[in-house]
Amino acid sequence: MLEVSLRHRFGGFALDVEFTAPARGVTAIFGPSGCGKSTILNAVAGLLRPDSGRVALDGTALLDTAHGIALPAEQRRCGVVFQEARLFPHLNVDSNLRYGMRRAPRDADGPSFEEVVALLGIEGLLGRRPARLSGGERQRVALGRALLMRPCLLLMDEPLAALDAPRRAEILPFLARLRDAAAMPILYVTHALDEVDALADQMVLMDSGRVLASGGLEALTARTDLPLAARRDAGVLIAARITGHEASRGLTRLSFPGGALWVPLQTVPVGTALRLRLRARDVAVALTRPADVSVQNILCAVLREIAPTASPHEVFLHLAVGETVLLARVTRDAVARLGLLVGQEVWAMVKSVAFDHARLP
Amino acid sequence: MISLSPDEWQAIRLSLDVATRSVLVSLLPAIFIAWLLTRRRFAGRFLLDALVHLPLVVPPVVVGWGLLMLFGIQGPIGAPLHAWFGIRLVFTTEGAALATAVMSFPLIVRAVRLGLEQVDPGLEEAARTLGARPLDRFLTITLPLMSPGILAGAVTAFAAGLGEFGAVITFASNIPGETQTLPLAIYTATQTPGGEGTAARLALISFGLAMGGLLLADLIARRMHLWLGRG
Repeated sequence: MLEVSLRHRFGGFALDVEFTAPARGVTAIFGPSGCGKSTILNAVAGLLRPDSGRVALDGTALLDTAHGIALPAEQRRCGVVFQEARLFPHLNVDSNLRYGMRRAPRDADGPSFEEVVALLGIEGLLGRRPARLSGGERQRVALGRALLMRPCLLLMDEPLAALDAPRRAEILPFLARLRDAAAMPILYVTHALDEVDALADQMVLMDSGRVLASGGLEALTARTDLPLAARRDAGVLIAARITGHEASRGLTRLSFPGGALWVPLQTVPVGTALRLRLRARDVAVALTRPADVSVQNILCAVLREIAPTASPHEVFLHLAVGETVLLARVTRDAVARLGLLVGQEVWAMVKSVAFDHARLP
Repeated sequence: MISLSPDEWQAIRLSLDVATRSVLVSLLPAIFIAWLLTRRRFAGRFLLDALVHLPLVVPPVVVGWGLLMLFGIQGPIGAPLHAWFGIRLVFTTEGAALATAVMSFPLIVRAVRLGLEQVDPGLEEAARTLGARPLDRFLTITLPLMSPGILAGAVTAFAAGLGEFGAVITFASNIPGETQTLPLAIYTATQTPGGEGTAARLALISFGLAMGGLLLADLIARRMHLWLGRG
């Protein structure tokens, strides 16, 4: 586990954060530009000395200003992927990849050179100079270089921000594979929510130098008191599993804790885990089970809470389906017409389900 | 083709010798000082900067005089050098090289600094995170990336060093075969009746060498930038 607690002032800006990240998986540090995300990463990597704070990995302090501990960056063994790749221009791809590997402790364990090269699909680039690589290729090499230094911790500072949409789509699957292969905490700084959805397990939500909320991504998306709820496609993320195909009806069954959904037939095998996004605006409610509607998914739910949205005329309904909470965005008028009350049993109609394909193994 | 007398050849050889030595002597200190001035913030940085640039603005004769005071047989550095190691710099080829080195030092430092300023500190940070300690980092990342500046500085200083006059004649005097480099030989020729031909030939050669040096420096810089992928 990674523990981070930092306080730092520079100019008129004050950073004061505290959070933890699990021993495996991606913890996204999410927030608008200039909220201090990169400062956190630099302080964890040892490239910036904060006024005070503590950074500890599995109980070992990398930084502890109270006890005068501040390991230099070159001894922290944090693999860093920068936004601009930062490959060494005078070395070819092969030498870039091996730079950190040669300097890793002898007993350090990790994937072999060949494995990493295959994982990132850069076999054909080894002899080239960085100047002769595309942006996406550079970022893949940078990922490989960070992996091959045998890091105890991976830090990614908006690794896709400098790339255009097709390049981002090219890299995302590699990042997902890396996440599944890497047995270490990964801190992933970004201001793009689609990257968070695709990669993160945990999220640290930041605004102007402070942590607004942190925790499991699914749990955070179900909260309507966070800025996340203001986005157009606000809605809950659900961890689901494919539990059956009905080819004759052209449907696939997805089970989640507390219920199941039918979606158009998928090609992935039964048992596959994936992540769904159910947008609040795609969920409607009815008092009685509607018949004669085209909507495939009608779930019995308990209305837990009626929460305000950014709009004065609309509200979020928190709907508990078993242990999973869905959000529905409806008008205040609808709430009044139906006479909705907290605790009431309603029928939730889910009009569409968005998949997060990067979750697929 | 111009034919040259043995004395003229000697002046050319001596000039090349002095310029080469001066570059060899000043290169490492210049890299160190350039690194200090670019990457370190310390008290006295501006004083050091001014000191390095002094030879550019002070009359060369004054630099020569200063060297004479410091490195003369009676000088605070020259006396122990002579007493302990038997090294005498005044009126010797080594002395001419030292005077030339001091004069061209600001040129090298400037070029090396320019080269160093082109090195993205982000790359050094990346090397840090990859486990490279300071000296390792400097040798494997900073030095190769600043090498165009170092080479350009060395070639420029060499070209300029071929023609150093005031400091050399003051500190090392004008001894044929010892300290009489090209410009000194030209000066002597102009002071000698019937020396017009020698002066013209040597001047032409001076011009050619300097021009060649500058072109070479430019060519090397281009090649190196290409090699570094800067296009």
